[in-house]
Amino acid sequence: MFDRRLLTHFDWGLLLVVLIIAGLGILNLISVTSSWTTPTAPFSLKQLSWLGGGLVIVSIICAIDYRRLEYLAFFLYAGNLLLLLLVLLIGRTSMGATRWLDLKFFNLQPSELMKIVIIITLACFFSRNEQVRGFAFRDLWMPFTLLALPALLIMKQPDLGTAMIVLMIGASMALFAGIQPATLSGLGLLAGGAATGGWFLLHDYQKQRILTFLNPESDPLGSGYHIIQSKIAVGSGGFWGKGFMKGTQSQLSFLPERHTDFAFSVFAEEWGFFGCVVLLALFLLLVIWGLNVSRQASTRFGMFLAFGVSAMLFFHIVINLGMVIGLLPVVGVPLPLFSYGGTSMITTMTGVGLLLNVSMRRFKF
Amino acid sequence: MNRDFPFDWQALPQNRKRYVLASLAATVVFLLLLLRLWQLQIISDEYYRTLSEKNRTRYIPIAAQRGRIFDRDGRLLADNRPAFNVTVLRQEVEDPELLLDRLSRFLSVDREELLKRWNAGKRLPRYRPIPLAWDVDRKTLEEIMENAVDLPGVLMETRPVRSFPLGSIAPHFLGYLGEITEKELGLPEFENYRPGDVVGKAGLEKYLEAILCGIDGERRVEVDVKGKSMRILKTQNPQPGNQVFLTLQASLQQVAEQAFDGQAGAAVVINVHSGEILAITSQPTFDPAQFARGLTTSEWRDLQTNPLKPLQNRAISGQYPPGSIFKIVTALAALKAGVATPSTRVTCKGATTVGDHTFRCWKRWGHGPTDLHKALKESCDVWFYKVALDVGIDNIAAMARELGLGSALGLPVGMEKSGLIPDRNWKRKRYGKSWYLGETLNAAIGQGYILTTPLQLATMIAAIANGGTVYRPHIIKHIENNGHQTMQSVEPEILHQAALPAFALDAVREGLEAVVNEPGGTAWRSRLDELPYAGKTGTSQVVKLRDDSRDEKLIPYRFRDHALFAAYAPAQKPEIAVAVVVEHGSHGSSAAAPIAKAIIAHYFGLDKQTPTSQNTTGE
Repeated sequence: MFDRRLLTHFDWGLLLVVLIIAGLGILNLISVTSSWTTPTAPFSLKQLSWLGGGLVIVSIICAIDYRRLEYLAFFLYAGNLLLLLLVLLIGRTSMGATRWLDLKFFNLQPSELMKIVIIITLACFFSRNEQVRGFAFRDLWMPFTLLALPALLIMKQPDLGTAMIVLMIGASMALFAGIQPATLSGLGLLAGGAATGGWFLLHDYQKQRILTFLNPESDPLGSGYHIIQSKIAVGSGGFWGKGFMKGTQSQLSFLPERHTDFAFSVFAEEWGFFGCVVLLALFLLLVIWGLNVSRQASTRFGMFLAFGVSAMLFFHIVINLGMVIGLLPVVGVPLPLFSYGGTSMITTMTGVGLLLNVSMRRFKF
Repeated sequence: MNRDFPFDWQALPQNRKRYVLASLAATVVFLLLLLRLWQLQIISDEYYRTLSEKNRTRYIPIAAQRGRIFDRDGRLLADNRPAFNVTVLRQEVEDPELLLDRLSRFLSVDREELLKRWNAGKRLPRYRPIPLAWDVDRKTLEEIMENAVDLPGVLMETRPVRSFPLGSIAPHFLGYLGEITEKELGLPEFENYRPGDVVGKAGLEKYLEAILCGIDGERRVEVDVKGKSMRILKTQNPQPGNQVFLTLQASLQQVAEQAFDGQAGAAVVINVHSGEILAITSQPTFDPAQFARGLTTSEWRDLQTNPLKPLQNRAISGQYPPGSIFKIVTALAALKAGVATPSTRVTCKGATTVGDHTFRCWKRWGHGPTDLHKALKESCDVWFYKVALDVGIDNIAAMARELGLGSALGLPVGMEKSGLIPDRNWKRKRYGKSWYLGETLNAAIGQGYILTTPLQLATMIAAIANGGTVYRPHIIKHIENNGHQTMQSVEPEILHQAALPAFALDAVREGLEAVVNEPGGTAWRSRLDELPYAGKTGTSQVVKLRDDSRDEKLIPYRFRDHALFAAYAPAQKPEIAVAVVVEHGSHGSSAAAPIAKAIIAHYFGLDKQTPTSQNTTGE
């Protein structure tokens, strides 16, 4: 029953772009951790194994027709919501946040899973509901509730970065589905009001991050330290960079969290503006490629699914880059395929798997 | 709606537009990110490059070797040795309490004291190690090295400190070093100095600071975020200070210092033809090695409270009435003015009376008929009372000034006093009173208001020896840079030429020779048979005592007279001049002259032979 076309239509180009970016990420990781002494395997090898695991996930996802997900969407959503509730009840707490479920052999982060599940859920909703002239307020209560429930649970953990990403994915998918102009402006006002009100609901450390972002020099050794050191690393790279393993900001540890959230600063310091242009071009290519997959999808569900994954990648990239070059406040959002970390790699590769899945089944018959 | 129906929703024009918009939006956002990167990496490149350099580089000063100080023959007087200081890099200390506890055992210093030093050191920049102990001995050093594992963050720093190969040599003149004060740091001459630097605080170390200090080197090191040094980027070696050669002669200096044998006083030896100081000492003295190592509180208290004031430089800041030595001046003034000749005879009956006041001679029953020769030799007061009345105080004072008395001679080691030569004018200004004739008589024998420093006495007697030339006494012979090139050499400087009639000078010199070499001379007991020299004893009263037939041993130390002696040698063709003051030594002949004798004997190489027989002869 295996359709040969699935193989001939496999999107090798997309996979290549993904592998190039991940390869650059691992190269960067080698530079960052060259001076580290770790008791276990080096970070670059671990990241490589995460990438391998990601590829396994990609193959598994590709083997299953994504259209089946449409029928599973409700169960996935309900199950994930339950997990998020469980996190708040019995989750593992680390560094002031409760984000993980201890599953003995690994720690599950349901909020991370939610990024994918919300895409599937909303794709399912929007594929079944079509408003030719765009959605109005009254049509939106359902997707709004679908979005708000997990977002609130994640914010409660607290994990502002992930909650924002989930919200942005949902908002962009709704926008893509089409919203009436009047409703759009109304929502804009509502969002502004919510942001203002939300300020008072933020934790002190979250407020501090935003304040420091606005004026990092006010606390150069405290919360402004990350932004200042990151800007120094990026800026001192110049056009050609300081060279592989020669970034003083990273090699001498002035840059904090340089293997995870601030991995791009290391890359920018060592490869300069030239390297940044190449990397940004690759990331943009990935996003546009995703949009293209969406455009060619054979079903409405696939179209929304691919769009949602592209949006997820896009927001991760933009928020992370904006953060390390001082355009956005410091929120813990990793750079997809580039930052060290299994969770981020698995989530991203799941998304990539969905894109490939939609892409290889783009033909109607 | 049938979802399996061929799906061409994307082909609708409004939906095509959505993809274009989405792609465009993504592209624009990426361009914004690139724009920001352009701003950081291209436009502000310089700025961030500087910041990143500042992050990773530290400048660690390397102390320059201080210039060494030699005697005239190249014998090393002040050298440098490495001192080991125990310091702590605070970033590497996790538990300061524990560390200080352990260190206190190794260093045998109180925990509280260490804590005090630790807290004081916190004011230093983060990357500067905090000093906790200075100049620790080798045993402690090794113990700490062996236990380095238990003492994280503890470092050993070497720093050059002064050492004195020949021991304490003229410490009042060489001076000492100390940590720079905040006040000094504010002065323009210290603009290149940093807190913690060591500078000259007294004596030549202070005066020659700029010559001796050298130029500190610098090591540019790369540090990580904790301030830990990763590698050396560049080293600029320090330039040692210049070498200073003094006019002192080390062995002569040692003889002079030892000759005092614990008594307080001063001795000055100068070359009569140049003003070079060959030896100069102030007693009691102190150990400059203590200062180099760093004085403990109790050592400092002892120096401060010692009644003999070891820190005072008596050779240039001790002011003493010259006593009978001043009779040389009185005689020259009288001879020059023509009120007396060498053969002027005065009959000494043990006293003379002016108005209703009786002025005694030291010899109660008198010297009988006395001329200049006998007056100098036996130090008869009455002869000088008589001629002083004729010549007047103003002439005496003028002669004194011509011979270098009454003003500072400009030895660049600080604290030099000018002494005092009184005259009518001075008394009117100072006290608003006119001069009494009796005061002239007191002045004639070097008592009363007159004050001189040992250095001035040596300068004066040198002028007598060389025919009237007053040289500026100096202690620096020349200065060499590290390539052994002479940078500066000090030439003899004539302060002025005293106009002395030859006959007067000859007569006085003949008298001074008799003091030492003729039986009955006041310094006859200190003569050197192998080398006739000339001199004059002096005794200056500390308090007036009613009874002059007193037993010296019964007088309390602080009331005993000062003993003085000024000499030049040899008597014919003189080379050196010596002035000695022994505080509360009672008589110049018994306390001061033997010291001068020892100095002269050593200078002419006579002290290796059997000492001259010491005949006892009355004064």
